[in-house]
Amino acid sequence: MATQRLFSAPRPGADLLIRGGHVLDPRAGLDEPRDILIRDGRIAELGTPDGLPADDGVEVVDAAGWHVFPGFVDPHVHLRTPGQEYKEDIDTGTAAAAAGGYCAIVAMPNTAPTVDSAAVLGALIERAEHEARVPVGFLASVTRGLRGEELTEMAELRERGAIGFTDDGKPVVSAGMLRKALQYQRLCGGIIALHEEDPALSQHGVMHEGAVSARLGLAGIPSLSESTMIARDAALARYEEARVHFQHLSAVESVEALAAAKEAGARVSGEASPHHLILTDNAVRTLDTRFKMNPPLRAERDRRALIDGLRSGVIECVATDHAPHAVHEKEVPFEQAPMGVTGLETAFAALYTELVLPGELPLATLVERMTAGAELYGLPAPRIAVGRHAGLCLVDLDGRFTVGEGGYVSRSSNCAFHDRTLQGQVLLTVAAGAVAYRRPMLVRGEERVG
Amino acid sequence: MSVQMPRHLISIDDLDRAGIERVLDRAESFAEISGREIKKVPALRGRTVVNLFYEASTRTSSSFELAAKRLSADVVNVKSTGSSIEKGESLKDTVRTLSAYDPAAIVIRSPHAGAAQLVAGWTDAAVINAGDGKHEHPTQALLDVFTLRRRFGSLDGLKIWIVGDVTHSRVARSNVLAFTRMGAEVTLCGPPTLIPREIETLGCTATPTLDRLSEADVVYVLRMQHERMTDSFVPSLREYAAQYQINSRRLRPDQLVMHPGPVNRGVELSAATIDSPQALIGDQVKAGVAVRMAVLYELLVGSPVLAAVA
Repeated sequence: MATQRLFSAPRPGADLLIRGGHVLDPRAGLDEPRDILIRDGRIAELGTPDGLPADDGVEVVDAAGWHVFPGFVDPHVHLRTPGQEYKEDIDTGTAAAAAGGYCAIVAMPNTAPTVDSAAVLGALIERAEHEARVPVGFLASVTRGLRGEELTEMAELRERGAIGFTDDGKPVVSAGMLRKALQYQRLCGGIIALHEEDPALSQHGVMHEGAVSARLGLAGIPSLSESTMIARDAALARYEEARVHFQHLSAVESVEALAAAKEAGARVSGEASPHHLILTDNAVRTLDTRFKMNPPLRAERDRRALIDGLRSGVIECVATDHAPHAVHEKEVPFEQAPMGVTGLETAFAALYTELVLPGELPLATLVERMTAGAELYGLPAPRIAVGRHAGLCLVDLDGRFTVGEGGYVSRSSNCAFHDRTLQGQVLLTVAAGAVAYRRPMLVRGEERVG
Repeated sequence: MSVQMPRHLISIDDLDRAGIERVLDRAESFAEISGREIKKVPALRGRTVVNLFYEASTRTSSSFELAAKRLSADVVNVKSTGSSIEKGESLKDTVRTLSAYDPAAIVIRSPHAGAAQLVAGWTDAAVINAGDGKHEHPTQALLDVFTLRRRFGSLDGLKIWIVGDVTHSRVARSNVLAFTRMGAEVTLCGPPTLIPREIETLGCTATPTLDRLSEADVVYVLRMQHERMTDSFVPSLREYAAQYQINSRRLRPDQLVMHPGPVNRGVELSAATIDSPQALIGDQVKAGVAVRMAVLYELLVGSPVLAAVA
C-alpha cells in the first residue's frame, strides 16, 4: 500500500447539490455551468444546470452566477507547529486555508523543534489527524536542525509520510551537502524544495537592493543572492538527475535561470507568491512591516518577469509562503521585524483582482497554477470528475471585500494585502469530501443571504 | 504666514522649500536670542519635551535639550542605558508610558529606520526624528542648510560634494534631499563599496574618485566609522585616507568644508583642515541649537491651528 502523505481530521462526507455554478476545471476540460451532486463526500454526478434532482438529505446550494473551481493546493505554508502556536497552529492554519479555497496544503519544517526526525514528524501527523480541517502534507528538513551540516534520516522520514524535504527559511549553503541530499533522493524519493539565497550576498539585508533601499538606508538583498544559487543548484540537479523545486522566486534573473535550467533538461520547477506577483519594493517606502518577507518584494521588472513566467508555465505554480507572525513581533521598526506575511485567505482574490481582471492572466491559467502544486509534489490533483473525492471551492467573482475588515481566520494578521479591497470571494470549500469552510451567513439551503 | 507646517518632522520630505525656509527664518531670530546674555524665551512654558535616545549622541541630544530649555519647556531625557529599555521594554510600551505625561513633543533617536514614524502612530505628541538608523536625520540637514544659507545667502546653483561612507549615513540621505530642494547640485563621492546602487534616484550624481573635486563650492565630509574596516568595505583606514581624505593638498583655499561630527582626525579630514578657516564645523554646531529651537517652535507653536489654542 502506498504511504499516506496527506492528513486531516476525519469529517463526515458532504451531501451537497451545487446547482448551476460555472464549473472551471482546466484539467477536466470543464468550462461551463454544471450541477454537481456530492454524495457522502464523492462527486456522484455532473449534470446540466438545474438538471439534477434534489434528493432527500442533500443540501442544495443555488450557485447560479458563481464559479466552481477545483480546490487550490498550496505547496508552501508555515503552520508554526510545533513550538510557535502563538503565531498559528494546525487548526487555525488549515481553517485559513479552507477560507481561501484550498483543499490541500504543504507545511514547512522550520518549526521548533525542526521536523528533522520521524518522531517529530509522527507527532505532527497525529495532531493533523485530530485538528486539520483540510488535508496537510509535511516536508521534513534536508539537514538536521536546518544547520546545513548533516542530512536527516531521509528514508525513514519518507516512510513515516514526508512528502519531501526542504530547509526553507534558509538555503542549503554547502553545494556538497545539497549534492549528497540529491544523491540520497534516488533511494528515498520525495521532492527537494529549495529556498535559494547566498548568505554571503544577502548578508544582513532586510529588503530588495535598489532605489528604495538606497533611499531608506536599509541594507539590501541583491537579486543575485537568489539567482546565482538557482543556477548552481540547477546544475547540481542536472548532474545528479535529481528532482528539485525552487521556492518563492522573486527576481527576473531567477526566472531566467529557471528557464535556462529547464531548457538544459534539468528536472526543476518553480513557484511564485501572490505578494511577489502583485507588489514591489515601492510598498516598503511606508516602512510597514507587513511588506517585509524573504525573499523581499523586488522591482517592477522583476514582478513583470514573474507574471510572464507564471503565464508561460516556466513558473508552474502559485505558493503563498503563508508565514504568520504575532502582532507584537511585527509592531517594531522594519529592521527588527521578522520576515514573512500571511496569504492563504487572500491568494485567489488578490491574484484575480490584480492579474486576471486587468487582463494579465487568463482565469483558467490562474486556476491551473493554484492547483498545480499537487502534481509537482506527487499528490493527487484535485479534479471535478465523477467518482472523485470532492475537493472544490465555490467563488463569487463579483464579491468584493476589504482584507482584514472582519478580522482574519488565521491567528495572525500580517497580511501584505491588509486594507485592500479585493474581488473574488470564496463562499464554500469542500476538502477531502467534507465541507471545510462556509462563508458565514451566506449559503443556507436555497437561500442566499448577505 | 501661509506655509503649512507638518505635524511631525520625520523626514526632510515632510517639508517643501517654503517650509524649510520658514524654519530657517525662525532659526535666524532664535540665533539672535542665543547671542543675548539671557538666552531664554517663554514660548513653550508649561509644556513638556521628551528626548528619547536609543543611541549615543553628544551634539544632537545636548542641542535638543538646550533648545527646549531655551524655549522654557520642561525637558525629560530618557536614554536606553539606565532605563526600562535595558529591561527589554518595547519601543511601543516606552512611548505609551512617556505619552502618559502628555508631552508636547517627543524627540527620538533610534538605530532603526522608521522608528520615528512608528512613534508618531503611538502618541498624540509631535514627533521629531533625531536620527533613525541609516534613514534620515532631518534636523542635521536643516542646520547644515542654515549654515550654508548664512554663508552664501542662497543654495541655488551651489555645488556640494558629499564625501565618504554614504551607505551607512542618514546625514547623507537627509542632506541630499535638503540641499537639492534648496537648489544646490549634489555629487556623492566615496568608495564604490559604500555608495548604494541607484542612489542617483535621489536626484544627485555619484562618482568613485575625487578627480573633479575642484568643481565643488562646498565639501561635506562624512564620518568614516572604524567598524567598516572589519566588514571589508574598505581594506584599511590608511587606504581610505589615501584615496578620500580631504586635506589642503586636495582643497583650494576658497572651498568650504563641513562635517556632521564627531570627526576622526587624520582619517576623513586632516587635522589642519579641521582647524582651518575653511571649516564650518563650529558654525554647524552653533546652528544646531537655533535650528532645533525653530523646529520645536514651528511644530508646537507656529502652526496657525495650534497658535490659536496656545
